[in-house]
Amino acid sequence: MATTTVKTETFVGKRIRRREDPRLITGTATYVEDIQMPGMHYAMILRSPHAAARIRSINTKPAEAAPGVVCVFTGKDTKGVGVVPCGVAMPDLRVPQHTILATDRVYFVGHPVAVVVARDRYLARDAADLIEVDYEVLPAVADPEKALAKGAPAVHPQWPDNIAFTYHQDGGNIDKAFAEADVVVKQRIVSQRLVPMAMETRGVVAEWRGADRQLNLYTSTQIPHLVRTLVAGMLGLEENRMRVIAPEVGGGFGSKLNVYAEEALMGFVSTRIQKPVKWIESRRENFTCTIHGRGHVDYYEVAAKRDGTILGIKLKLIQDVGAYHQLLTPLIPQLSVLMMPGIYNTQNIRADIVGVFTNCVPTDAYRGAGRPEATHGIERMVDVLAAELKMDPAEIRFKNFVTKDKFPYATATGLMYDSGDYAAPLRKALDLVGYVKLRLEQADLRKQRKYMGIGISTYGEICAIGPSPATPAGGWESATVKIDPTGKVTILTGTCPHGQGEETTFAQIAADELGVGLDDILVIRGDTAVVQYGIGTFGSRATAVGGTAVYYALQDLKAKIKKFGAMLLESDDVTLIGGQVVDNKTGKSTTLQEIARASYRALKLPPNTEPGLIATRFWEPPNFTFPFGAHIVVTDIDGETGQIKIRRYVAVDDCGNILNPLIVDGQVHGGVAQGLGQALWEQAVYDDDGQLTTGELMDYALPRAHLMPWIESHHTCTPSPVNPLGVKGVGEAGTIGCSPAVVNSVVDALAPLGVRHIDMPLTPEKIWKVLAAKH
Amino acid sequence: MNINLTINGKSYSQDVEPRLLLIHFLRDIAGLTGTHMGCETSLCGACTVELNGKAIKSCTMFAVQANGAEIVTVEGLANDGKLDPVQEAFWNEHGLQCGFCTPGMIMASKQIIDRHPSPTEEEIRHGLEGNVCRCTGYQHIVNAVKAAAAGAGK
Amino acid sequence: MFAQKFEYTAPKTLDEALHLLANGAKPLAGGMSLIPMMKLRLAAPEHLVDLRALKDLNYIREAGGQLHIGATASHYDIESSALLRQKCPLLTETAAAIGDVQVRNLGTIGGSVAHADPAADYPAALQALEAKFVLRSEKSERTLSAADLFVDALTTALQPGEILSEVIVPIDDTRTGTSYLKMAQPASGFAIVGVAARVRQNAGKISFVRIGVTGLSNRAYRATAAEKALEGKTGSAADIQSAAALVARGVDANSDLHASADYRKHLAVVHAARALKTALSRIA
Repeated sequence: MATTTVKTETFVGKRIRRREDPRLITGTATYVEDIQMPGMHYAMILRSPHAAARIRSINTKPAEAAPGVVCVFTGKDTKGVGVVPCGVAMPDLRVPQHTILATDRVYFVGHPVAVVVARDRYLARDAADLIEVDYEVLPAVADPEKALAKGAPAVHPQWPDNIAFTYHQDGGNIDKAFAEADVVVKQRIVSQRLVPMAMETRGVVAEWRGADRQLNLYTSTQIPHLVRTLVAGMLGLEENRMRVIAPEVGGGFGSKLNVYAEEALMGFVSTRIQKPVKWIESRRENFTCTIHGRGHVDYYEVAAKRDGTILGIKLKLIQDVGAYHQLLTPLIPQLSVLMMPGIYNTQNIRADIVGVFTNCVPTDAYRGAGRPEATHGIERMVDVLAAELKMDPAEIRFKNFVTKDKFPYATATGLMYDSGDYAAPLRKALDLVGYVKLRLEQADLRKQRKYMGIGISTYGEICAIGPSPATPAGGWESATVKIDPTGKVTILTGTCPHGQGEETTFAQIAADELGVGLDDILVIRGDTAVVQYGIGTFGSRATAVGGTAVYYALQDLKAKIKKFGAMLLESDDVTLIGGQVVDNKTGKSTTLQEIARASYRALKLPPNTEPGLIATRFWEPPNFTFPFGAHIVVTDIDGETGQIKIRRYVAVDDCGNILNPLIVDGQVHGGVAQGLGQALWEQAVYDDDGQLTTGELMDYALPRAHLMPWIESHHTCTPSPVNPLGVKGVGEAGTIGCSPAVVNSVVDALAPLGVRHIDMPLTPEKIWKVLAAKH
Repeated sequence: MNINLTINGKSYSQDVEPRLLLIHFLRDIAGLTGTHMGCETSLCGACTVELNGKAIKSCTMFAVQANGAEIVTVEGLANDGKLDPVQEAFWNEHGLQCGFCTPGMIMASKQIIDRHPSPTEEEIRHGLEGNVCRCTGYQHIVNAVKAAAAGAGK
Repeated sequence: MFAQKFEYTAPKTLDEALHLLANGAKPLAGGMSLIPMMKLRLAAPEHLVDLRALKDLNYIREAGGQLHIGATASHYDIESSALLRQKCPLLTETAAAIGDVQVRNLGTIGGSVAHADPAADYPAALQALEAKFVLRSEKSERTLSAADLFVDALTTALQPGEILSEVIVPIDDTRTGTSYLKMAQPASGFAIVGVAARVRQNAGKISFVRIGVTGLSNRAYRATAAEKALEGKTGSAADIQSAAALVARGVDANSDLHASADYRKHLAVVHAARALKTALSRIA
């Protein structure tokens, strides 16, 4: 024991480079495809080339006889395996039987029909070509509005209207609002289908250890614990006999927030062949078989007074479901409805959702999941209204914001916004971009018939998902913090970061709480045999919910550390500071290492205290958090070609307190890139036969380095009262804020031509057509 | 067919099927799994390695075509535990998130700096045209290449 | 991802390569188009002869007042060639516009030309340059013009067993200005439309014009009507505009997800005007 020297370095709030990076920049990280095991076999999945067909027969014999092939399974073999789960319960939800391999019928291009297992991937691929499937091709429907039309082909014959579910929500008095309106604006707005396109495709390694009745499943997932529960159920295996490991995960964006047929299928194969088996999704499969995002057709009506006050919003939302429900499919458009008033002070809403089956791969959560669609809708409608009333788009927003004295604020959709100062980021963004000057320049350019636009989006979002009653699987998060006998700290988080940097930010939290260095802390995630049950990483929740669980576990641990410190110092008045417990009276101190050793050696224990230093918390959030911000985009349009050039991109985001600004910047940039992708380039296009015509990177245009503008990222800070860290979440903010700012900018540029709306993506040809039609 | 390759300074002599892709040789035979396969169409760049001094996509070359070549992969950059300046810059500038594209990005970035010792932002962005990153929005990668070039020139 | 089995030969000499090709083998150059197709099993050649193994097909040299480019010269070799930059800058500019760095490092001019993708960049420049192509087989050698070589989408005049061994382009003097301009398809980087312009001025008048167009139709072509319209003119904005308006006339334009036929035609006109203007501005 020594007299203390207090360590004062803190880490929260600093631009600290990430602790997960050394393995990633040296190429030594282990993704699913990198796993090798003795006796490994390889699976190749034969998929339907048709969007709708009856399977008359399958002949697997030639494939079974091919070199290196061990076995071939079809839907007949996997009948005993449970169906791919839909995790959402709602009245009148129609849930088709989603078997892991097709049985008598296929419902979308890419539908798995058979699996070939061989000792070598090349041989498995060769054999897949030898399987003979006799299909009776049936009419397909790939467009949700066409699917709703009378006489459309039925995706599932038992439901000829193709309706998967309906949902209605009313808030306030919408009829009164519309009756009292001076003006009503209407617009059809499409949020097109998108391909999440994580850089690492999905992949699964299943390893059945028969003697132990143990299935180890390595899968590229955002939710290892939920995968364990659900896949064990599908396989009829006791949950404690299954271990799910999410090794390094190469991006998810919601596409790996799911339980997929292939996860159960590989488990099934491994139990059958009694050997480990690996399946790695090809990019083509990733495009055709992993969930897509968005897929909305929205019909908006907004009622307002002549002074710009919004009175009410009506939304008829058509959600393209695809052929099946994946884990959260029906939930996503409901998130859109929750978010539909944006950050505006209107208490009157009406929403009607109709979910529609199509012969396409299912839609589900993709970065933002329902909120980008809603934000795109309301932010476009505010501009449509401003144009109708000849108001400035900034002015109409200031007029309608929920003001900062109104928090917590109950929305018409049943949410309670936690904290906000919506005018602050808009004011800051207007200043940064030089709004007044830009409007003057725009007036000049318009005289020269040049097209320059200024687009504003002031978004709000729902993050830190979320309170358990509002989520399908529990919305809490878990953390264990333990200190080893030598004083080193390990955090086990139930979240499953895959790029978001929590190995660093959680270490920052713990380092500051315990007063130790970052190098003393290790963060472990993604292994159900090591980490207590958890929910996962999605919905901008990992820090706000998972980080809070870490924080509370640390508080428990600190109390125990102080008890041991007080015992060692024989004091009843101690402080934990700088990695030491200090006697407030004598100034004597004992280190964390000494305390840890004593707690495990347990020669003596404080009263009512167990040996060891470990604490676990399952933290249930009392509310969501509600980040917000303002994005302003300045565009110049080539009047001859219709090409859009982004001159400025100013983002002012308020995500509450910031633990690591370097990481937050990265989240904003990446989010904006995906928003720009939707606004300008990306679209999953199915033709009338249900073929995905943008089914490869040759045709699906992604944001690339040379296409991206410089993003000027700034912040305001309104801490959240929901959690003690004051954080709100930032993973999806960029995506949610971006697309309406871009479209508003382009529509603003073309406003002299009378343009009110253009649907995404804003391809040069679309713009050229607008220009050509008006000249 | 028997081929001889030098990978990260080490010689390999191996009988391979002509159809074996170079990336599969690197990953499965040489055990160097840092090079990643992100697509089938030569458009994502995650598989970028250096072949005789030039950045190429190892998923779009059969191993037999590389017979006799000298190859450097991401695993070959750090020297005695000391990171290459480009690796260091990616770390410092937060030029990666999920990390899957990163080995290819780093190899493409090295080619940029080889050819443009003081690259402009435009040269960097064009040099990265063949590499997709879905996480970072590229901005921190651009910063990393700038920083690496500035550092390497010192 | 996994190609079908095939036989592979890296020949020591061109004669050996031509002999194998005469017996049914297919040539492999940079592989930038062929290998992805093989991985997707859209192509399954039984025997590949690797032309890149032939060092004597990789050259860029000046001889007899012309520039000779071996078939396996890579796009990067061309883009970075000091000789070409000085004497045929249209080709370096076009090579630099192809694909991405990695593709340019491996892809070859011979492979690209022989593949004849209707959206490839080179053909526009090679049409404008009135390039000549040396075709060799075990039994014969012949030289074709661009007009004769490019037949249709993915189809050239190359016969089975025949390879493109050399591309010959003229040396442009300082009174010639050139430019290649394209709108890239954002996913693939190929040209939705690309226009190569090559103009010469004499005593204030345009004495010579060549315009090559790619991406618009099933094969790259020379826009001769537009060329004629501009010859003898001063090259005013109005001259350029009225000439450019002719580049797409009568052309059966491609239409796909990325651009309709009408838009492609419009882009051809706009890009022709811009390329011509830039080319004129580059005359020393």
